[in-house]
Amino acid sequence: MSLEPTIAPSPQQLRASRAGYRDLALRITVPLLVIAALVLIWYAYVRLSGIPPYILPGPVAVANAFVTDWGTLAPALWVTTKITLISLLLALVGGCGFAIFLVQSRWIELAFYPLAVILQVTPVVAISPLILIYAPSTQSALLICAFLVAFFPILSNMVQGLKSVDHNLINLYELYGASRWQTLLYLKLPAAQPYFMTGLRIGGGLALIAAVVAEFAAGSAGAGSGLAFRLLEAQYRMNIPRLFAALLMLSLLGVAIFAITSFIAWASLHRWHESSLKREN
Amino acid sequence: MSARRTATASMKSQSMSLAEPQAARPTEARKRPLVVMQSVSKVFFSGTTALSDMSLTVESGEFVSLLGPSGCGKSTALRIIAGLGGASSGSIDWPSSRINARGLPEGDIGFVFQEPTLMPWKTAFGNVYLPLRLRGVSKAAARAPIMEALETVGLTDFADAYPRELSGGMKMRVSIARALVTKPKLLLMDEPFAALDEISRQKLNDDVLRLWKTTGITVIFVTHSVFESAYLSNRIVVMKSRPGRVHADLPLITSLERDAHYRTSEEYRQACETVSRALIGAINAAKDEQ
Repeated sequence: MSLEPTIAPSPQQLRASRAGYRDLALRITVPLLVIAALVLIWYAYVRLSGIPPYILPGPVAVANAFVTDWGTLAPALWVTTKITLISLLLALVGGCGFAIFLVQSRWIELAFYPLAVILQVTPVVAISPLILIYAPSTQSALLICAFLVAFFPILSNMVQGLKSVDHNLINLYELYGASRWQTLLYLKLPAAQPYFMTGLRIGGGLALIAAVVAEFAAGSAGAGSGLAFRLLEAQYRMNIPRLFAALLMLSLLGVAIFAITSFIAWASLHRWHESSLKREN
Repeated sequence: MSARRTATASMKSQSMSLAEPQAARPTEARKRPLVVMQSVSKVFFSGTTALSDMSLTVESGEFVSLLGPSGCGKSTALRIIAGLGGASSGSIDWPSSRINARGLPEGDIGFVFQEPTLMPWKTAFGNVYLPLRLRGVSKAAARAPIMEALETVGLTDFADAYPRELSGGMKMRVSIARALVTKPKLLLMDEPFAALDEISRQKLNDDVLRLWKTTGITVIFVTHSVFESAYLSNRIVVMKSRPGRVHADLPLITSLERDAHYRTSEEYRQACETVSRALIGAINAAKDEQ
């Protein structure tokens, strides 16, 4: 059979995206410029209005607090990071495992999916006092709270993904006598990847939020506490620059989690999935 | 080509014969048919009868087209032959094959869907590997047959390309390569080129014909195109709808080689006319019965 290989662009052509680097540079510099402008406005406002630093500290005071309070804030940041990541990991394992279990039969889904929904729609802050009573330690209570919040988006996305496999492909596997296990491993799980990545990104963000909210609710204190406690503590002591520094840390942590999960999604999907595809029209 | 054709009474007559010519066909002593459908019916859960009392005997080496309007059950018939969603009644027999536990001939069927139905996360190579992978063949052992199958469809250079990097026609070729990699006796094609542009379609038609001639594979080809069926097949089964069943079974013997020249020949025109008339007859007959 003859074929002109000119019908579609060659893989090499597609992979070497010429505008790639320019695009990346733009995506980094533009937001950085906007942030720099906002910080400048903040600085000018604080300087010109003479607002007292215990109401609104300027960016310099916050930066100072960031450096001088590093010794207090860094351990707290580590605790929050640990809770967020461990709960996210547990939610990933639990969410995917439960999703695979749910799609095994219609009966299982009928019986168990509503339970997962009830768990999700109940506000986690409302359950946290109970969790605090039952959990062996404050740390594990925080972990459970963050897990409960991150679990559901991963579960529902995975269920959706496992169920939206191309029907013809399922037929094809059936035709070749594939076992249930082969169909899951070679077809359903890879096909659910884009959905999994959506769940991962949402779950990652929610895990951090839940880790902070749960700590507020738990009212934990002392040396082993996370950033949420340091935030409250700084507020009680009217140490507003430190409060801002802790807040800054939290958003940096959030950005880092978002960047990592986005990178994982890109790395696993960019070769084949439409969502990671750049099109020129 | 003529040597591979099975001589039957209905074929010699060169005229169209009405439903169930299989019953009148003399039993073959020298060669057993590849697949025999006996009074197969299919009723969906919704209560729709997709296929009613369809009988069809396909000899080894035939190129059979199932032609009919949409809803005539031609795709359903093909899927039942492939063992996808079994028949409500009737039977499928494979007189010349060894049957596995699922009632299908072991590795003897290749299926090409209307869409390429490729796994987008796998390269062309990985997609063609699938049937062998499911059988537990290692990648190293599968490399030779995979590359051979890709070569048959002219895609050797695109083994590492992902489906999204391929054109519609090339994706279809990968799909055909995947169907061929197990070296099946029977290739089932469900309107495979319906979504392609005319140029790709003609090219792929020629490629499938060449494949059929060189490998001696049996093909059952579902289509709604009179011209495609008249170009490709040496037997056309015209079906009518509501419920789906066989209307006519037409042999198509040509003296010409089927190529670009054949496309413009008087013989092809006549074949198209005969087939076209049979199809119109099928549509009208279904209307009259309503």
